[in-house]
Amino acid sequence: MNAAVLTGSHYWDGDYACAEGAIAAGCRFMAGYPITPSTEVAERLAERFPLVGGIFVQMEDELASMAAILGAAWAGTKAMTVTSGPGFSLMQENIGLGVMTETPCVVVNVQRGGPSTGLPTLTGQQDMMQARWGSHGDYEIIALCPCSPQECFDLTITAFNLSEQYRLPVLLMMDECVGHMTEKVVVPEPDKIKVRPRRWYRGPKENYHPYLPDKDLVPPMVRAGDDYRFHITGLTHDERGYPVINAACQHLCVTRLVEKVRRNVDDIVILDERDTEDAEVVVVSYGISYRVATRAIALARAQGIKVGSLRLVTVWPFPEKRIAELARKVKCMVMPEINLGQVFLELDRVAGCHCHTRLVPHCGGWVHDPQDILAAIVEGAKADVR
Amino acid sequence: MNDSGLPSINQPPAESGHHPLEPYLRMDRIPHIWCSTCGLGTVLNSFLTAVKNSGIRREDIAVVSGIGCTGRAAGYVNLDSFHTTHGRAIPFAAGLKLANPRLKVVVISGDGDLIAIGGNHFIHAARRNMDLAVICVNNFNYAMTGGQFGPTTPLTARTTTAPYGSYEHPFNLPFLAESCGATYVARWTALHVRHLTAAIREILSRRGFGFIEVISPCPTVYARRNRLGSGLDLLEFYRDNSDVRNGADTRECAIGFQERLIVGKFVDIEKPTFTDTMNASLAESVGKDYVPYQGPMEPEADIGHESTKDASGTDKT
Repeated sequence: MNAAVLTGSHYWDGDYACAEGAIAAGCRFMAGYPITPSTEVAERLAERFPLVGGIFVQMEDELASMAAILGAAWAGTKAMTVTSGPGFSLMQENIGLGVMTETPCVVVNVQRGGPSTGLPTLTGQQDMMQARWGSHGDYEIIALCPCSPQECFDLTITAFNLSEQYRLPVLLMMDECVGHMTEKVVVPEPDKIKVRPRRWYRGPKENYHPYLPDKDLVPPMVRAGDDYRFHITGLTHDERGYPVINAACQHLCVTRLVEKVRRNVDDIVILDERDTEDAEVVVVSYGISYRVATRAIALARAQGIKVGSLRLVTVWPFPEKRIAELARKVKCMVMPEINLGQVFLELDRVAGCHCHTRLVPHCGGWVHDPQDILAAIVEGAKADVR
Repeated sequence: MNDSGLPSINQPPAESGHHPLEPYLRMDRIPHIWCSTCGLGTVLNSFLTAVKNSGIRREDIAVVSGIGCTGRAAGYVNLDSFHTTHGRAIPFAAGLKLANPRLKVVVISGDGDLIAIGGNHFIHAARRNMDLAVICVNNFNYAMTGGQFGPTTPLTARTTTAPYGSYEHPFNLPFLAESCGATYVARWTALHVRHLTAAIREILSRRGFGFIEVISPCPTVYARRNRLGSGLDLLEFYRDNSDVRNGADTRECAIGFQERLIVGKFVDIEKPTFTDTMNASLAESVGKDYVPYQGPMEPEADIGHESTKDASGTDKT
C-alpha cells in the first residue's frame, strides 16, 4: 500500500475513495476535525499520508482546519479539508477568505441531515444552499456532487483540477449514503490520471502582482518563500494585494472574482444526461437521489411515459443553459432532493417559465421512496404544456 | 552598535537619507494607519530591526496577522505576508509552516485576535509546540472596533462596552502560554525597545512555539476612556512601573489596572516541535515505509503538463 496511486479494482466506500482521489490528485496536506459521516476520509488519509509523503493534521476545530489548508496552499502544496454539515458551517468564513484570496483548495462535505446537530449518522442533501451562499458577500463557487464511490474518487481529482484552474476553493458535496456506500472503484494507471498543475507565474520577479489576472481572469500564483514578497489580504484589494477600501476597487475586485467563474461556466459544468431526446418529463437530480430516481424512471418508462434524466454533477455554478434548453422542450421537470427544496429554487427559477416544475422533497434520514418520484413523474406527464 | 550587539536606537539615519529599515517595509503603503503615539510603530520597528539583525534572508520569513490594529502589521512588511480572518492567524500560519518547513513563520496580532476569538488556536498551537513565533501586542482592548473590552482588559478599566468598568477576570498571558506548553515566553512593553528587539531576534533564531507579549499604548480609545493621557504618558507609566524579572514565575505575572508590571523573559526551554514528534513517531511506528513530507510543489516540475479540466472521464454535455 505504499504507492500514491493504487491502480486496480477496489471495494471501497465513498469516503475512502475520496481520500484516494485526493492522493492521486497530488494532495499532500490535510487539516481536519472529525465529524460524522465524513470521518473515514480523515482516517484514511491519516493512515495513507505517512506512506506517500503527506501531512495529516487533526486541528482543534473546523475554523482552524480551513485556515490551515489556506496557509498550506500558499506554501505551494495541494491541500484539502473534509467535514459534514455543522463543521461546514464553521468553515464558511475562511471559505470566504479562500475565495477572496483566490486560494486553490478542496473542501469535502459529506452531508447529513440538519439543521444543527440534526441527524449525525443519517443522510441529507441539506447544505446545498450553504455551499452556494454560506460565506458572506458576493461570490461564485464550484460544487460537485458524486453519486457513487467511483465518482468520489474521480470527482475529487476533478475538484483539485478545477481549484487549480480557477484558483478558488472547490466543494465536493457528497452525502452520507454515497460516503458510506461500498462499491467497486477502479483506479487507473497514474499516467492516465490528468492532474492539472498550479498556474505558476513565470514572468520577471519585479513584475509580479498577486492579483494581475490572465486573459481568463485568473491570476497565476507563486509560492511563499520564493522572494516575491507578496501580500495577501481578505480586505478588498488591488492587483498588488494591497487593501483599497472604496466602491471602485470593490467593484473591480469582486466583479472579477465572480466573472472568472461565470464566464467559464461552459467549461466548468459537468452533466450526465440520459434519454432526454424524446422526453416529456425530465428528472433533475444529484448525488444519491439520482440513484433512487433511476429506479423511478425505469418504472415510469415501463408505463410508457417518456422520461429522461439530467444529473447535476456540477451543481454550482448552476447549469442554467442546458436546463433552459430542456425546459423549452418538456412538459415538466421533477426534482427529488433530500431537503425541502434548495437546488429546486434554482431549477424553478430557470425552468419555471418554460415548463412545470415539481419538487419531491425529503427531510433527510433516508433516501426517497422511488414511488414518490414516480408519482411526480406521472403527474408531470399529465400536465399541460406551459 | 552597543553592548547588546544591536544597533543603537539613536543611530543616525543611513547616509542615503533613507530609513535603514526601508528595504523591510512596503514604502508604497507608508504612512501607516496607526494613531499617533500608538505602540504598534515601535513594535514593527523592533520586529524589522530584529529581522535585519537576525541574518535570516527576507524570503525565508513570512508574517501572518489576524484582524484589528495589530492585524495590519502584515500589510506593512516587505516580506511574504498574510492578513487573514479574525482569530485565525495561528492556524493559517501553522498550515503555511507545515507545508513549507523552510519558512520562519511569525504571527503578529493583537490580544483580542489571538486570545479571545483565537484563544483555542493559541492554546493548541502552544500545546503542540508548533514551530511559530507569536508576537501578541496587548493594548488591553479591541482598538480598531472602537475600544471594547477584551480578554486582557484589567479589572475596573473602562471601555466602550464596559462603561462602568470591566468586571471580568483577565488572562495572564505568560502564564497561559507557559501552561499550554510554549517553549519561550517573554513580556516587554513598547518602552523596552532594545529588550523587545532582542527577544524577537531570539524567537526568530529558535524553534518551537515562542511567545512574546508586548504591552502597548492605545492612546485613542483605551487611554482616553480611562483618562490615562497620551501614548507618551503611558510610556512614562511603563518606565516608572515595570519590574524586569527574568525567570519570574508566570503565575505572578497577572496585570492589574495601572498596577506594576512584571516584564522579562520567563521561559526558554527546548522541547520537540510538532514536526519533530510527528516525524519521530511515524518513523518508528511506520518504519521503513514512512515517507516524510517532501516539501511543496516545485514550479519547475510541472511545466508543459497542461490538460483539460476533467480527470474523471465523466460524461460531459
